[in-house]
Amino acid sequence: MNFDFAVILAKGPQIIAGLGVTILIWIVGTILAAAIGFLVATLRRYGGRLMDKLLSVPVEILRGTPFLVQIFLLYFGGPYIGIRLDPIPAGLLGLSIYGAAYYAEIFRAGYNSVPTGHAEAADCVGFTRLQTILYVQLPEMALLVLPPANNMAVILLKETALLSLITVPEMTMTVQAIGSQQYAFVEAIVVLALVYWGLVELSNFLGRIAERRLSKLSS
Amino acid sequence: MTTPAISVQNVSKRYGETLVLRDINLEIPRGEVTCLIGPSGSGKSTLLRCMAFLEETTSGSILIEGEPLGFIEKDGKRRAQSPSELRATRSKVGMVFQQFNLWPHMTALGNVSAALRRVRKMPRKEAEERAMAQLTKVGLEDRAGHYPSQLSGGQQQRVAIARALALDPTIMLFDEPTSALDPELTGEVLNVMRALADEGMTMVAVTHEIGFAASVGNTVCFLDQGKLLFHDTPEKVFAAPRHPRLEQFLDTYLDRGASMLK
Ligand SMILES: Nc1ncnc2c1ncn2[C@@H]1O[C@H](COP(=O)(O)OP(=O)(O)O)[C@@H](O)[C@H]1O
Ligand SMILES: [Mg+2]
Repeated sequence: MNFDFAVILAKGPQIIAGLGVTILIWIVGTILAAAIGFLVATLRRYGGRLMDKLLSVPVEILRGTPFLVQIFLLYFGGPYIGIRLDPIPAGLLGLSIYGAAYYAEIFRAGYNSVPTGHAEAADCVGFTRLQTILYVQLPEMALLVLPPANNMAVILLKETALLSLITVPEMTMTVQAIGSQQYAFVEAIVVLALVYWGLVELSNFLGRIAERRLSKLSS
Repeated sequence: MTTPAISVQNVSKRYGETLVLRDINLEIPRGEVTCLIGPSGSGKSTLLRCMAFLEETTSGSILIEGEPLGFIEKDGKRRAQSPSELRATRSKVGMVFQQFNLWPHMTALGNVSAALRRVRKMPRKEAEERAMAQLTKVGLEDRAGHYPSQLSGGQQQRVAIARALALDPTIMLFDEPTSALDPELTGEVLNVMRALADEGMTMVAVTHEIGFAASVGNTVCFLDQGKLLFHDTPEKVFAAPRHPRLEQFLDTYLDRGASMLK
């Protein structure tokens, strides 16, 4: 049996379109996930006991169930309660809230890493809560939060492959389709693996640059 | 009679079941140095933190230059101050912590100018000029570009003092400002505090530097188990015969400069 990558690579434009959807959902989804996660961590910390308890429930559910189950529930179960989404918005929303649960935990650890005295000092010189978060706590936790945040971005990238199951026309769905049309299934999977790996390495590379910049700033 | 800088009225503070401050009454006169001493766990930090509104009292009230801290009384009814009212009242008070609490991602100049820029909304240049003047005052003009990690403990604490002074408070609170320092570094911080006292700054200092309390303090307050046992001039407080609890306390601090009082 011979591998024949030519038949796969001949479909370059289609693959690139799929890759585009993957990258779009990944980047937008990760940014939304991190933003929502940060908001959740902040509300849990400063919104009072009840808010903390209330928000812990969705965080635990999202972290305790498979992503695949969550997107099936959202995409196939959503219409039963009036949420009818196209595949791409559904995928984006699913990825964002799944990732947000993990980012919330990452930022919670980040908040905990900043000595309370640093926030008290800011309070004493008149900073508002928001200013303290923006100018003291966030920059101080950045270096600690960056590695797990990048790690989560990598995990979210790989989870986008599951969105093929709700017919999001991302890279996995596109390449698999080409593979079965051309009877080159294994070749297709190999190409997929290489592209995902390349993206992961890119993400790690950018993460390391950011880390170096930050540590230079605060050394 | 002028209103005192701070007046503490029937203040009690409770953490869960434990009563940490018991019905404290104290007036901090303007332009004077008031030192709080007492055994560890007696409530000194808690009292100071209440004056800075880092803790809320369980009962009683604290007035800053006659203005209630944290609440407003009108027609006999109390309501909480709004965040901006609270900020205005608190802006009269500067706080210096045992652990310095400098922001590690900012230079010395950044630490001192941050609030001028963010809170006072000063343009960067003006804020940094004022910050520089404060750093010069504490003798650190040549360390302006250093990050806290590049400074000794004594220098960090002086930056922290400059950071508080930059906002022109009329009252400065110090919570054991030299306790985290190596013994040879306490002098530089105490000297800055002494100079500040000479300028007539109203100061409240929790300190184990009995020598400082005796020589710089106008009033020494002794706290024990949440109670203000007594307060008086250092001459009277430290003169024999001393209160038995103070005697006991001083015995544990003989090697901290208290021996000169014996
Ligand atoms: N946040 C807190 N929660 C519970 N107990 C506290 C808290 N802060 C202080 N305490 C208790 O209050 C008492 C007085 O503490 P503190 O004011 O720090 O004493 P001091 O500064 O005189 O050593 C201690 O018994 C301490 O354990
Ligand atoms: Mg203390």
